[in-house]
Amino acid sequence: MDQKLRIELSKQGIVTTTLEELYNWGRKNSVWPMTFGLACCAIEMIATSMARYDLARFGAEVFRPSPRQADLIIVSGTVTKKMAPQVVRLYNQMAEPKYVIAMGACAISGGPFKQGYNVLKGIDRYIPVDVHIPGCPPRPEALIDAFMTLQKKIDQQTLTGEGRPRHLDPEAPSEFVVPRFGAHDLEPPNNPEVFRILNNIDSRNPGEVDAGGD
Amino acid sequence: MTTAPVKEATHDERAAGCGQDELLEIALGPHHPSTHGVFRMDVVLDGERVVKLKPVFGYLHRNHEKIAESASYLASMPYTDRLDYICSLTNNWAYALAVEKLAGLQVPERAEYIRVITAELTRLVNHTATIGFLTQEMGASGTPLMYAFREREKILDLFESLTGSRMMCNYMRFGGCRVELPAGWLEQTKKVVEEFPRFLDEYEQLLTGNEIFMARAQGVGILKKDLAIDAGVTGPMLRASGVNYDIRKVDKYGIYDRFDFKIPLGEHGDVYDRYMVRMLEMRESLKILHQALRDLPQGPLMDPKAKIRGFRPKPGEAYGRIEAPKGELGFYLISDGSPNPYRYRVRPPSLINLTVLEDMCRGYSIADTIVIFGTVDIVLGEVDR
Repeated sequence: MDQKLRIELSKQGIVTTTLEELYNWGRKNSVWPMTFGLACCAIEMIATSMARYDLARFGAEVFRPSPRQADLIIVSGTVTKKMAPQVVRLYNQMAEPKYVIAMGACAISGGPFKQGYNVLKGIDRYIPVDVHIPGCPPRPEALIDAFMTLQKKIDQQTLTGEGRPRHLDPEAPSEFVVPRFGAHDLEPPNNPEVFRILNNIDSRNPGEVDAGGD
Repeated sequence: MTTAPVKEATHDERAAGCGQDELLEIALGPHHPSTHGVFRMDVVLDGERVVKLKPVFGYLHRNHEKIAESASYLASMPYTDRLDYICSLTNNWAYALAVEKLAGLQVPERAEYIRVITAELTRLVNHTATIGFLTQEMGASGTPLMYAFREREKILDLFESLTGSRMMCNYMRFGGCRVELPAGWLEQTKKVVEEFPRFLDEYEQLLTGNEIFMARAQGVGILKKDLAIDAGVTGPMLRASGVNYDIRKVDKYGIYDRFDFKIPLGEHGDVYDRYMVRMLEMRESLKILHQALRDLPQGPLMDPKAKIRGFRPKPGEAYGRIEAPKGELGFYLISDGSPNPYRYRVRPPSLINLTVLEDMCRGYSIADTIVIFGTVDIVLGEVDR
């Protein structure tokens, strides 16, 4: 729709919108995270949802303990090899559309504990991450910034066409393989599907907000 | 050949038999909103009563001790922040104390005072957060936890201006402290300390005499004195059971013999006593803070003998322990003369206090288990290390 006409109409009290905009506007302002804390970053996540930083301003104060009711999983802390299967299983149990924020150095890459024998070197080996927040732990402002980045990303998702997000693509997988303990390490060591998905989204939408693949 | 028809049990018979020999096994966690992180309790229930409880941990095992053995002494200091990530400064102190014993370093007076101030502020942070989470688990969703975090933020601001980080302070060094107090820090701290009792009064008014809180807390999760001593329980948990044992008084490490403060003791060892001991301990911490802020001397911050680079203590072993907010936090180090410790062992209060969980929970309902677990006050970073 022509932008000038739209402004002209809005001056006369007529609001025009598209289904896509309305749908994304509603979704982006009610992202419900899961009550899911792993380590140190979880304390900062709780602090973010408290009065001083007030995550409620972004419509995300409703922390749901059940993955079935949550839209967003904030992987807040070190993922160990004992915990990785549970994290992937929780992600699989969430209903589409679902988003992931990897909070803190540990969730991104293993962080200071990377050299440990029991620490997973980044949760993006198993599930697709939408926003990475560096920091150890990231400040609450950084988490809020990640929320706003995620909101921008949700706002730009199209409902139809080639660039449509994963949850509208019947071909795309919504569940990922849950790693198991093998003879030496977790098996499989990573899920190549995750990287394929992220790369596909990138190639379909050149120049759009990055899908967190880097 | 015909078989005799099986007699169907009537509804009353089934109801009478229900729960007699049928036990329900459930796994609480590792993803559970009130397990303070990634902790699992395998609970066997008879109806709603807990028959057996098996703690399962290791979901946050981050190889702290192993990493420390391949890193230099100083490089382990930031890792100690991440043990009990709510009270990083007391972890720093315990580790610094162990290394100072090993290397024979003397801490200047000013640094000792600053250590006391930061450690007691940390105790306030920990106890407010613990009580906030405890009430959250009792179903008081929001209000008490919001109040607790409001006060916590004020102290975290002090930590941030002093050390540069809200949570992972990494402030203490072997033989002193890292940086001098920033301008205006003392005045700001005095203001926070003076205003803190108002919050405690407000909090006590909200909780201490609250009928629902008392009903949930009194007579629940009793920990007997003998069992507490036998199991090696320390900290507010032990004192709530009536044992007068506080390492600040017993060891008088640092300069704790200069301060006038009392050790609050419980009588029954139930959830309510553990709550009260923490509330009273915060008031005693404020007393210590008043005295330390008043007496803080001028002087150097570091032992001049302390070396940052090429730090190699002589072969030997040392155990340094302090009264962390959760109990006795100790570091045991063996040096073989190399830049890294040969053996590095943490004595985590959270893990050892957790060993009595089954004894406290047996016979109580599953809802009480969560409350009892809340008063143990654990942090998984320290339990699993």
